[in-house]
Amino acid sequence: MDLSYTPEEEEFRARLREWLARTLPALPPRPSPDDWPGRRAYDLGWQRRLYEAGYAGVHWDATPSVRLIFLEETEKAGAPYVGANFVGLLHAGPTIAAEGTDAQRARWLPPILRGEEVWCQGFSEPEAGSDLAALRTRAWRDGDDYVVSGSKIWTSHAEVADWCELLVRTGPAAPKHRGITWLALPMDAPGITVRPLRTLAGPAEFAEVFLDEVRVPVANRVGDENDGWRVTMVTLSFERGTAFAGEVVACRRVLAELAVEARKNGRWDDPALRRRLGRLNAEFRALWRLTQWNVSAAEASGGVPGAGGSVFKLRYSHARQDLYDAAAEVLGPDCLDLDRPWTPDRLSSLAYTIAAGTSQVQHSIIAERILGLPKGR
Amino acid sequence: MRFRLTDDQRALRDGVREALARRFDGRALRAAVEEADRGGGAGVRGGARGTGEGPGRSAAGGGGAGGARAAAALDGRGHGGTGSSGGPGGAGGPGEGRAAGPPRLDRGLWRALGDLGFFALRVPETDGGVGLGLTEAVLVFEEAGRALLPGPLVATHLAAGAVPGAATGETVVAAVDGGLVEWLAEADAVRGDTTGAVPLRSLDPLTPLHRVPAARPAPDPVAILLTAAEQLGTAGRVCELAAQHARAREQFGRPIGAFQAVAHLCAGILVRAETARAAVYAAAVTADPADIAAARILADEAAVRGARDCLQVHGGMGFTWESEVHLHLKRAWVRTQRAGGVTESEEVLAAALTPETV
Ligand SMILES: Cc1cc2nc3c(=O)[nH]c(=O)nc-3n(C[C@H](O)[C@H](O)[C@H](O)COP(=O)(O)OP(=O)(O)OC[C@H]3O[C@@H](n4cnc5c(N)ncnc54)[C@H](O)[C@@H]3O)c2cc1C
Repeated sequence: MDLSYTPEEEEFRARLREWLARTLPALPPRPSPDDWPGRRAYDLGWQRRLYEAGYAGVHWDATPSVRLIFLEETEKAGAPYVGANFVGLLHAGPTIAAEGTDAQRARWLPPILRGEEVWCQGFSEPEAGSDLAALRTRAWRDGDDYVVSGSKIWTSHAEVADWCELLVRTGPAAPKHRGITWLALPMDAPGITVRPLRTLAGPAEFAEVFLDEVRVPVANRVGDENDGWRVTMVTLSFERGTAFAGEVVACRRVLAELAVEARKNGRWDDPALRRRLGRLNAEFRALWRLTQWNVSAAEASGGVPGAGGSVFKLRYSHARQDLYDAAAEVLGPDCLDLDRPWTPDRLSSLAYTIAAGTSQVQHSIIAERILGLPKGR
Repeated sequence: MRFRLTDDQRALRDGVREALARRFDGRALRAAVEEADRGGGAGVRGGARGTGEGPGRSAAGGGGAGGARAAAALDGRGHGGTGSSGGPGGAGGPGEGRAAGPPRLDRGLWRALGDLGFFALRVPETDGGVGLGLTEAVLVFEEAGRALLPGPLVATHLAAGAVPGAATGETVVAAVDGGLVEWLAEADAVRGDTTGAVPLRSLDPLTPLHRVPAARPAPDPVAILLTAAEQLGTAGRVCELAAQHARAREQFGRPIGAFQAVAHLCAGILVRAETARAAVYAAAVTADPADIAAARILADEAAVRGARDCLQVHGGMGFTWESEVHLHLKRAWVRTQRAGGVTESEEVLAAALTPETV
């Protein structure tokens, strides 16, 4: 077991640190959460800078160790989050890289890396959330196109996305997992209506997407027709496996800030609170180690993260909520003030045990795929 | 960064697991508990009486030199007949009973552990030890935890090289830890002040305890880490036991593991165990006091809650004396009292939260 990095990796870290120190102060101010066009521009602008400095492909091409260094250093420095680039960089992109044709890789991957195109994820439907394979949005062949009708819900970033990784039912007669196909849907195609939905945290973070006889070229299909469930499993393993890793570092930063605040406002003298923060420190240190462990395992087995991602996602999502509950304890009555940065974060942390598969679903995945328990209902 | 077991380390772990299974298997554990339950007597004894039998069976499935050497040491190759050799305190021979009292430590087993290299693992080769590091010690203590191996393992391991006979398992060394001493009556040497020691009726049938009024010295981080490794062993073992039972036991016409409530209990055990594993192994690599404090918190939680949930999965069977599950829970509870408990570790980690770490 080895936790040290090679000299080349440490050199990468040093160069990145230096670049961050130079680049971050020159960034424009962050737009308000309600300003979607502003957020899109800001997030793409950050991706553009990464591209120009040679860091854009880190999520895909670099070794897992280098990727971890990248996540660690950018989060420590307080660099912008992937934001609107989340789906493209962290799961649509890797899925296309793993399952797409050469032509598809050439068409879709470079614009993601250059910060030119935003992707969203059209998986969930009003009647198909946890039971994703129950999705009903229909697609049928008409010449070189699929014609798609139906609706999607909770589609993050749909308002500003150029593309959508879309799951459709192409084999209505087949068993439900067998009749699904994975399509890249251009969000400007005629027949698409996006209706923003507000989240409990305030801003319209996600949307409903209505699809009325939208034509999608057959060439936009990733994987075979009716083989979309398998492709989806690849996407979901990226989503759960690696997409949250950098956030652990951010949580550690928040925790240290909480300790500073508690020392300032006198709450530190309460041993129960102090110990609670100490325990959270243990939790997030362990989660970072678990990230390193999972990344090393993925490195050894050659790429796609396994069910270990569910272990991480489950534990992390609850730890993040505990962190912001502790923040509320540190803040006292101020925890109700939306202008305190930790208050909106506490609200948005409520999504983590739901999005990307609920905690209950992650438990079932672990029971069935890791422990080999019989499939339940 | 390659945060995974090397081939040597894997070979060591597997070798130790096999060696322990031969010397202290489930039947031996049961027998020891029954003896202790009858009020001491012949006490805690290794399953295979003549622990030197089966010479030359390599436990290490390949691996490089270091691991193979360690596993060979732990497999006891080249040693024989340790089962009959009593330690300085005198062995409890098979028929030698006592009317009542705490469990006795099987000196044969202790010597066998010494032959295995259990205590001398981190003693340099130049001093006759195995010459391995903290990471290997953690893997070995994890296996000890898995097997519920009785005795003052951590105290004797830490005394190797300092107390004569500790490294070879000839001397049993106990240590005062906080307000408690484990295995005081059976020890040949004790570290710490035991003035005024009073026996407790220990809740763990295989860990006799004394309470001492002694002041609390600052806990040794290595002791904390090795205890965490034992807890990790328990956490992994109860996860296996729970999953096995959930697959096998049928109610309402199907395996209980098909019921989501049960499956989710089992998954929770695994998540805690795997998180603890990453923390404990990382702490072994860094030996950083804050990492060690984190490892102990996660490992205590994984062991105690894991054992409780495993008991729940076993239903009435779990609450039955004959089951192994309660023994894991009780031992896990014993270990939570060591080295200042989690309170101490939480304070260490709170203190580590400084503006510089922002
Ligand atoms: C902030 C946010 C962003 C999102 N972004 C996207 C996105 O970009 N694209 C997208 O496609 N989707 C997105 N989602 C949707 C998300 O994937 C679903 O909400 C999630 O999968 C749960 O589905 P559901 O909401 O239909 O809940 P339901 O499936 O109706 O679940 C309701 C409750 O029942 C429980 N439950 C359901 N089935 C089971 C079962 N078999 N066993 C045990 N318990 C069960 C659940 O755990 C939950 O507690 C997002 C959600 C959130 C909150």
